[in-house]
Amino acid sequence: MAVTKTIEVALSTTGLGPDGRPIRIPLGAEGLTSAPPSLEPELEGEHMLINIGPQHPATHGVLRLVLELDGETVVRCIPHVGYLHCGFEKIGEYRQYNQIIPWTDREDYLNSMGNNVAFALGAERLFGIEITARCTVLRVMAMELSRIISHLVWLGTTCIDIGAFTPFLWCFQERENVYKLLEGWTGARLTTSGSRVGGMIADVPSGWTDGLRAFLRQFPKTLDEVDRMLTRNAIWVGRTVGIGVMTPEEAINYGLSGPMLRASGVAYDVRKDVPYLDYETYDFDVPVGTNGDVYDRFLVRFEELRQSVRILEQALARLPEGPVDVDDPRVILPPKHKATSEMESMIHHFKLVMEGPRPPIGEAYVPVESPKGEKGYYFVSDGTAKPVRWRIRPPSYVNLSAIPRMVEGHLLSDVIAINASIDIVMGEIDR
Amino acid sequence: MSQSASRDPGAPAFAVVHTGQPGAPAPKTPRSLPHRGGEANPTLEALRTRFGGAIGRHEVVWGDTTVYIARERVAEIAQWLHDDPTQRYDYLVDVTAVEYRDGVRPLEVVWHLRSLSYRRFLRLKAELPTDGATPLEVPSVWGVWKGADWLERECYDMFGIRFVGHPDLRRILLWEDYKEGFPLRKDFPLRGRFSRAEQLTNALAADPETRYSMEELSVADAFESLPEDMRKRLGGGERVGE
Repeated sequence: MAVTKTIEVALSTTGLGPDGRPIRIPLGAEGLTSAPPSLEPELEGEHMLINIGPQHPATHGVLRLVLELDGETVVRCIPHVGYLHCGFEKIGEYRQYNQIIPWTDREDYLNSMGNNVAFALGAERLFGIEITARCTVLRVMAMELSRIISHLVWLGTTCIDIGAFTPFLWCFQERENVYKLLEGWTGARLTTSGSRVGGMIADVPSGWTDGLRAFLRQFPKTLDEVDRMLTRNAIWVGRTVGIGVMTPEEAINYGLSGPMLRASGVAYDVRKDVPYLDYETYDFDVPVGTNGDVYDRFLVRFEELRQSVRILEQALARLPEGPVDVDDPRVILPPKHKATSEMESMIHHFKLVMEGPRPPIGEAYVPVESPKGEKGYYFVSDGTAKPVRWRIRPPSYVNLSAIPRMVEGHLLSDVIAINASIDIVMGEIDR
Repeated sequence: MSQSASRDPGAPAFAVVHTGQPGAPAPKTPRSLPHRGGEANPTLEALRTRFGGAIGRHEVVWGDTTVYIARERVAEIAQWLHDDPTQRYDYLVDVTAVEYRDGVRPLEVVWHLRSLSYRRFLRLKAELPTDGATPLEVPSVWGVWKGADWLERECYDMFGIRFVGHPDLRRILLWEDYKEGFPLRKDFPLRGRFSRAEQLTNALAADPETRYSMEELSVADAFESLPEDMRKRLGGGERVGE
């Protein structure tokens, strides 16, 4: 007991030696090579319950994690979600199809353009509409640009969580460049509401493609810089390798998708497996990890950024001329000058705005590869202008549900890294 | 833990799992899907052969096959779909439910399944009559897919459907002692049981525990003690946004 006392005092107050210098206890000194005796033996084996969030910078929003700790090791993790719940799906049942599109901006708000397009794709399946060739390519651009935004935010915030600050600034600078492009196209940075059933809010303005080309020239250079900064960085590797491992079988069974699933070695990418928007005609690779840890998730997302650049370059090269909106009077408004000068067009305009387009009775689910994973909108229509059911398949909700499995047995500090690696957006989880 | 020290970052731990069958043609973006009809998922015939009477009608809508199954046998059918080497529906996409506006069609519980190895998509549905006599219960598929955990909890939270066999069926998006009901049911008004002003008044009351207690919010209990105008509005069902 007396020995314990000495160590306790020595560790807590270093004090000064007889020569006036601070007393240092060398690490790994004799008696400390094995586990040190517990300073408070009555607490041995007792677990501590700690609470992270909902207001905590490392929970990326309002996630709350209740952790049961044995020392610093997580024994059990109980996540609590729902702090942002505002009933998007209920509201969607009271809105016409085009009126729901602004809500899709606000669920996964880092990927708003991608959500808009995913929504339009689902609704068009329900209406039986085939979009135009120009619209298809524009939508590919929209989806890949929002993938870049989302992955950049993920990368920047994860760097901060793990202790690097500089890549965050580089990432957010590039993200601002993409937002400038989106703002030029839709008029808004975050809440783009860029798509409509049967088309887009507008064609891209003249000169927009030059801006995109300039971005694609300079963006890979930033990526290279971040690559040099992180990929072989000892701290980064030490904090991420071997942390939060999911085996491929587990990952599939837990319903993980997107980079989370691919980092575990499952080559499932909606763009390849259930293609949409002619993704099968683009030449791009799907990066797949082999270790299923946080480091592999980083590598997968990082490579996806480069692949998005490839897809965007191909899309720019093939962007055809022609109309953006489909020629279908069920969903597309007549030209404004006709609506103000011709009786029939005015009635058409009035009925479309007031009553809304009516899809046939049926249901449709069109998955897309959002930055977070497989996202899809499931519509059930009873033939009226408002869906009976509008369901969001939220990838980060399902990905987050595996966090108790991923963190158990890890240290408290690894919980932050694992949580960051899931790439959650609470707007999408709580909806 | 100790894993970090033990392995070389480059060494593969898992073999890559490829989707699709070797030699199968690459999937393409679907074009001109028929509204009704079209080719049904081959799993349908296999299900009929294996389970016979438990498989009800089916539909092919916009290219996706929907199969209605007997609600008591959901877990059994799911287990078979997951395990059978000719089906291998190893990926649970979604669990949700649909209630129709007409009040006649039963509530439907919907499972979206995907087979990564055969690149198939299947929609299973089980019908739950909302006559009050039938308990809103279906077997849980948590034992088959762990991903069902939160999806079933959300479905319970929003529709009140109990998934029998789920290990921890609590509300997830709403708080655990929320007593107003199940928001995605059609008899739930868009604004909730109380207007915004009433919710605010209740929340700001001097003693929120007595004014806004969860028991009080259980509308069935509180209904008699509500003011006349509120009772009238709630009795007629608040129609907001329609």
